Amino acid sequence: MSTLAIDKGGPTRKVKYRSMSRDRAWALRWSYFFLVLFAIFSLTPPIYMLITSLKSSAEISAATNPWWVFHPTLSNYVELLSSNQFLRFFWNSAIVSIVVVTITMLISIPAAFALARMKFWGSTTLATGVFLTYLIPDSLLFIPLFKMLAVFQDLTGITLLNRWYVLLFIYPTLTVPFCTWIMIGYFASIPKELDEAALIDGASWLQTLTRIFIPVALPGLIAATIFAFTVSWAQFLYPLVFTTSIDQLVLPVGITTTLIKGDVFNWGQIMTGALLGAAPPLIIYAFLMDYYIAGLTAGATKG
Amino acid sequence: MADVVVEQGRSVRAASPRKRASLRNALRRKSTMAFFLTLPLILLIALLVLYPAFYSMHLATLNKSMQKFVGFGNFTFLFKRDTFWMVVRQSCIFALTAVFFKALMGFIVAHFVHNLPAKGQRKWRGMLLVPWVIPPAMSTLAWLWLFDPSYSAFNYTLSFFGIGPIPWLGDTFWARFSVILVNVWYGAPFFMIMYLAALKSVPDQLYEAASIDGANWWQKIWHITLPMMRNIIAITTLFSLIVTFANFDIVRILTSGGPLDSTHLFATWAFQVGIQSSDIPLGACVSLFMVPILAIAAIFILRDVNKRGNEA
Repeated sequence: MSTLAIDKGGPTRKVKYRSMSRDRAWALRWSYFFLVLFAIFSLTPPIYMLITSLKSSAEISAATNPWWVFHPTLSNYVELLSSNQFLRFFWNSAIVSIVVVTITMLISIPAAFALARMKFWGSTTLATGVFLTYLIPDSLLFIPLFKMLAVFQDLTGITLLNRWYVLLFIYPTLTVPFCTWIMIGYFASIPKELDEAALIDGASWLQTLTRIFIPVALPGLIAATIFAFTVSWAQFLYPLVFTTSIDQLVLPVGITTTLIKGDVFNWGQIMTGALLGAAPPLIIYAFLMDYYIAGLTAGATKG
Repeated sequence: MADVVVEQGRSVRAASPRKRASLRNALRRKSTMAFFLTLPLILLIALLVLYPAFYSMHLATLNKSMQKFVGFGNFTFLFKRDTFWMVVRQSCIFALTAVFFKALMGFIVAHFVHNLPAKGQRKWRGMLLVPWVIPPAMSTLAWLWLFDPSYSAFNYTLSFFGIGPIPWLGDTFWARFSVILVNVWYGAPFFMIMYLAALKSVPDQLYEAASIDGANWWQKIWHITLPMMRNIIAITTLFSLIVTFANFDIVRILTSGGPLDSTHLFATWAFQVGIQSSDIPLGACVSLFMVPILAIAAIFILRDVNKRGNEA
């Protein structure tokens, strides 16, 4: 039907095109107008974080225009970055995220390889299972996991609750299923001839994985890495449940529990802390946006 | 076909030294190797996801001190409490409204971004995706500050228009409005990026043909864009429904369920009951109520996933 319409439209094309380009110009103007509105909506909270972080407490409580900084000061940053407590949160977050990303990759790359290329008994069921696991939210599992860790402590005497390293066991439940799932997609898109040739040449399965699949699927691996990092950096519920001592907290929980003291909100510091906590994912995203988006879309279009 | 090839590869390699041959042969066997490669994954899922999920059901049948089996006692107890029904209602209102507006906004924004010349798209996409990148716990703090009753930037701005002050988090209606607003802000970029990817896969000729036929903007969306994007819209919406329904961070930080428990979701209420009031069985029981909705959404998503798998 569409081809027929194009043929019919042939003679009058020039006129149509002019009106189309005028339509387009208007569409473009409207697009920019609304996009500016949406961008304002999107960027208001982060910008307001930045504005507040540059204010002194006196200026925050003064009834001046909240959208402008009259006496910019870096005192909030200095204070936070020189406080051992805040640095401790940052350090905990960093170490947890980095180790979790490593664990995630070590588990999900081989698994994704096996699920994408070696058809074995139950492989399709397992792939579906991985996807289903990805759909199970943290807010369903935190109570049984909490109880499990308590029971584990009673049985073995090993304390995991209220230690930052407990998060190293818990976070992979969130990152591994997703990373495995998007990597199955990436690995499946690699032409079969490539690894068949390698196998004929006498490469073992592991060699095929490390020499062929990992280099070829590197963009997918980067996307998965970013994703795992973002998820573990942002996780709030698990650290809130599993850690309570000040020196064991990660950044999101640390900021919300220690900077808010009773009814006194030190907004300058809270916003500075929040901005510093948001910085690592934002920086990574600024440089690797395309990988991040690729991971995001691959994850959902393939599943 | 591939198996035959592998078989050949193996016989060529059989010349390797005897001692290591048996282990190596075992590893060469596809099923053994596959088992070892997937073992960590299976263990992780079994121990830290499946086991707790079933353990949760067991916990839900115990009494508060976890010494006595009470069967469905916790459930019948919940059914008699008004707070529980309020949480059910609020969870549904929250998830449905938020997902609807996220999808709507995501669709509109994706459409506008798609309209732009290819060169400028990256910049806009980057800006509009920022809410999704900031850890929600952090950005919700910024919202909390924006909603602050006395020094809030929102009320300050609204006062110029003669509106307000609005008790953003102190009044039931506005508190519900606020948590939904923040969730929409946080989740809309996800829809935008999904829809943008889907829009890019709609062939331009369809739109050109439609314009030549004299179709207006609305007809193009209704007859071309929506049918072409139906799959991705369905899957993104269902997916987001799961995530939104199980949301924790935003409500926890913004209102902690208040005022008068009116903004509690299953997750935040389960946290309050299970961890803060240390009634673990009741908390487990509350969070189990998410399962039916999650399961329904998961079934629909899986159907779509399998369909995709068969097409490929």
